[in-house]
Amino acid sequence: MDSIYHKRHIGAQELTGPILIVEGVENVGFGELVLIEQDDINRLGRVLEVAGNRAVCQIFAGTSGIDREKVRIRFTGSPMTLPVSEEMVGRVFDGLGRPIDGCGEVIGEEERDVNGNPLNPEAREYPRENILTGISAIDGLTTLIRGQKLPIFSGAGLPHNEIAAQVVNQARISKEEDFIIIFAAMGIKADDADFFMRRFEEGGALSRLVTFINLADSPSVERLITPRCALTAAEYLAFDKGNHVLVIMTDLTNYCEALREVASAMGEVPSRKGYPGYLYSDLATLYERTGRVKGKEGSITQIPILTMPNDDITHPIPDLTGYITEGQIVLSRELHQRDIYPPIDILSSLSRLMKDGIGEGRTRKDHPDLYSQLYASYSRVQRVRSLASIIGEDELSEVDRSYLRFGEDFEGKFLNQGKTESRSIEETLNRGWEVLMNLPESELVRLSKEEIEEYRSK
Amino acid sequence: MGEGVLYRISGPIVVSRKTSGLKMNEEVRIGDEELIGEVIEINGEEAVIQVYEETTGIGPGANVYGTGNPISVELGPGLIGRTFDGIQRPLVVIKEEQGIFIKRGLNPKPLSRDREWEVDIHLKKDDLVVPNTIIGEVEETSLIRHRILIPPGVYGKVLEIIELPGYRVEDTICIIEDKEGERREVKLFHKWPVRKKRPFVERLPHEEILFTGQRVIDSIFPLAKGGVAAIPGGFGTGKTVTQHSLAKWADADIIIYIGCGERGNEMAQVLEEFPKLKDPGSGKSLMERTILIANTSNMPVTARESSIYTGITMAEYFRDMGYDVALMADSTSRWAEALREISGRMEEMPAEKGYPAYLGSRLAGFYERGGRVKVTEDRIGSVSVIGAVSPPGGDFSEPVTSNTKRFVRTFWVLDKELAYSRHYPAISWANSYSGYFDEIAKWWEDRDIPIRSLRIRVMEILTVETHLRQIVQLVGEGALPEKERLTLKEAELIKEGFLQQNALSTVDAYCSPEKQYRMLKMILDFGEGARDLLERGLPLFKIIELPIFSELKRMGVEIENEEIDKFDKLAERVEKEFEKLKEEYG
Ligand SMILES: Nc1ncnc2c1ncn2[C@@H]1O[C@H](COP(=O)(O)OP(=O)(O)OP(=O)(O)O)[C@@H](O)[C@H]1O
Ligand SMILES: [Mg+2]
Repeated sequence: MDSIYHKRHIGAQELTGPILIVEGVENVGFGELVLIEQDDINRLGRVLEVAGNRAVCQIFAGTSGIDREKVRIRFTGSPMTLPVSEEMVGRVFDGLGRPIDGCGEVIGEEERDVNGNPLNPEAREYPRENILTGISAIDGLTTLIRGQKLPIFSGAGLPHNEIAAQVVNQARISKEEDFIIIFAAMGIKADDADFFMRRFEEGGALSRLVTFINLADSPSVERLITPRCALTAAEYLAFDKGNHVLVIMTDLTNYCEALREVASAMGEVPSRKGYPGYLYSDLATLYERTGRVKGKEGSITQIPILTMPNDDITHPIPDLTGYITEGQIVLSRELHQRDIYPPIDILSSLSRLMKDGIGEGRTRKDHPDLYSQLYASYSRVQRVRSLASIIGEDELSEVDRSYLRFGEDFEGKFLNQGKTESRSIEETLNRGWEVLMNLPESELVRLSKEEIEEYRSK
Repeated sequence: MGEGVLYRISGPIVVSRKTSGLKMNEEVRIGDEELIGEVIEINGEEAVIQVYEETTGIGPGANVYGTGNPISVELGPGLIGRTFDGIQRPLVVIKEEQGIFIKRGLNPKPLSRDREWEVDIHLKKDDLVVPNTIIGEVEETSLIRHRILIPPGVYGKVLEIIELPGYRVEDTICIIEDKEGERREVKLFHKWPVRKKRPFVERLPHEEILFTGQRVIDSIFPLAKGGVAAIPGGFGTGKTVTQHSLAKWADADIIIYIGCGERGNEMAQVLEEFPKLKDPGSGKSLMERTILIANTSNMPVTARESSIYTGITMAEYFRDMGYDVALMADSTSRWAEALREISGRMEEMPAEKGYPAYLGSRLAGFYERGGRVKVTEDRIGSVSVIGAVSPPGGDFSEPVTSNTKRFVRTFWVLDKELAYSRHYPAISWANSYSGYFDEIAKWWEDRDIPIRSLRIRVMEILTVETHLRQIVQLVGEGALPEKERLTLKEAELIKEGFLQQNALSTVDAYCSPEKQYRMLKMILDFGEGARDLLERGLPLFKIIELPIFSELKRMGVEIENEEIDKFDKLAERVEKEFEKLKEEYG
């Protein structure tokens, strides 16, 4: 970044947490990128507010070590940008989009504002093509759609990383074409980052991977930029270059905490649990950067991962996420403890876009009804189980006992599968039929007689 | 014109100093890019302005110019079938100019200036006119005749009619001499400030149902034409699907659908689906009566705040033509959050949960603009308002839900448990209510449908069932006497066979009044018949073993609205089966 044109300033007025306030500045614009320099310190920041000749800046790496009198502040006159090009594929960047793999700078075809712009609703195409992941619980019951944002709601210690890696390794568009994977890590442990890299390597995904890494010990405010860099790259690769892009972002909970940190340093009025009132809108500026566009080849699909504090789905982070995304895949601690993988809690999971991406010509004719039947029957299992725990299994009616058998089989044979096992959609659906056969036919009210005839023996 | 110089910028809220001549709610332009803003507070020489576009790069010193007008919408032919953002910018035009992303600094006119409309003129020289007098009619779509109205505030007599083969919206169509003797040129369109409700003669009581084709709504918790309703529910409980169903099937003349801070893909869905769907009344494409406002969650929050005013002002305009308009706002919580964000940035004193103290009065101001009104002495129109509410964590005691409850008369509560068990629409029969039931029962009775007694019976069964379920949870179903177990089965039929309705099934998505009645009657009669059999000593399992029992659950998806006679056959079969059982058991 060329310095001659920048407006420079020496000395800050005030430092608090990630916030630095400068006075006596001129011609500074809201949101522009600032460079902070002092001896060997080089940091980036952003203008959060300007009033007259006073600018409030957010320093991504924090203000620790900054000397109020010596620090030099340069205003760059433009928002934070990322150089984008197809050469990004295969490369590793830090949380602010700077290469850290020792392979040199990326020669950008263009510099793009990392904040992006909203996609015009008139330009969107409603997403319809499914992405098969080889995981029965997902393909059968919460089908992922190209252009969808479908988060994983997890908890500490649950295998969300395993699932995400399995999806990345097994998801294919077709035999010839493959996804470009963009992986954005926000405040995750080095171990977890290594795990992903290893799994991506095993799955042969490294050559299609763009990685942005902000680790747990990296500056926390930098996390606010990481997903924006990742999505800027995604938009370029998808809508300029016609690729299908799958974005994995983890862990959004760390992202939200960084946002809370900045908001409280700014002295803003918090809404729920100390998070700022604009958390919804802020998250939306990430999640909405997904979709399909009329007349364009490419697509962006997002799988954000978040860990629910105390497994609480009503916590503002999963809650507001669920209000923006097109469904959610919820992991269950109870299933995990019973050693069922993937421990997906089917009843609270939902893929809102699946209805148009399944059925005849897409997956299989019986899929919609089968889905609805499996779902309804499994929800009955929960009621029968709680009844059985009160009155005892022996007191249950014959029909109720068949539900218990169905429940066991559903979890053991349908949900449960290997961490590298990839099932075809046929196999997934056939397994669905197989486990349903524990129930008397009179209970299969969501399936038509013809379907039962045709598929029961599969 | 007023002006000022920008002093402070933090996000969408900016402060100008050295301002003079700016008025409250005046539309302003900022800087070289002429960003659109609205004055929302004036303090001496300081004005607070909300900017409807991204403010990145804007700094102190930028000039602020007043336009002299309050933030307004354009009202005239060319609105129907289009999609606008929160301040009525046509999104198609923006797409043509800027490509797939919305960038700032473009301000296309809402109504096309080139398109010519043929007007069928009703007035002649010397006719007396008052506000809302019809000057003439334009066939805007094959469904809607757009009535060109004398704008509010204009009284007088026609001096001249200007006859043209085709009018563009800026062409003058007639010249009025008003009461003061001034000449007023009336064009095909006029502007109206969004925050000001359009005047009418008087409010009228509700008489007619807003028929939606949704069973649980029409038969149990109905909405009147001109009524106001809210749909609160946690994420994924079905607010949007319900709003879409209403937009598709409600028997209003005009639909205004506001995507307020929600998903882009949902707007794309409407844009793809509606043109292909047919209005059950006229058989015409639904888009021919629909206007969309799409200010998705990632578009500026300020424009989200104004989107519901933009929408309701257009609704009032079509009401003034004598139409029944239905407006859906999904979600009013996102609007309230925009209000909260703006208030926070203005450093106002927050009340509950960070919302400004005026949240309640703003909500009231919005819902109050719904209603059935006398527009002129001989014309009636209505605006029905249906707002989705998205309570954080599904907690209904939060400020937006509880304030909304104060101003609406119909409350369709979406129950998370029902949604989780895929009982759709997940409208809770225990917590929802409709304050219009009595006013519109006559509408049903005019069709010879005894809605009151049917509804009473349904609610009775469901209430008893809730109570019985609690017992079953403790002792199992087997411990109940047969008669009570029958009640459970009746409730099961009501829930699965009547209350549930599959919005995705082409047969079930819309249910005619007659079909609703016949379904309900089938189920209740089945229960009556079964009760009779039990009294004769027949075991319950014999009755529910009958294939017809599960068939009754599929009436919705299997019997088309046009096949009402199938209900007669079904009823005959039930009777026969019951006779057979009676014979078997003597
Ligand atoms: N009447 C219905 N028929 C069939 N499916 C339904 C119905 N209502 C809801 N659903 C299902 O529930 C899903 C979620 O519904 P919807 O998008 O309306 O939720 P919402 O309340 O608007 O959630 P959010 O607040 O997150 O926007 C839908 O994608 C659909 O799968
Ligand atoms: Mg919704």
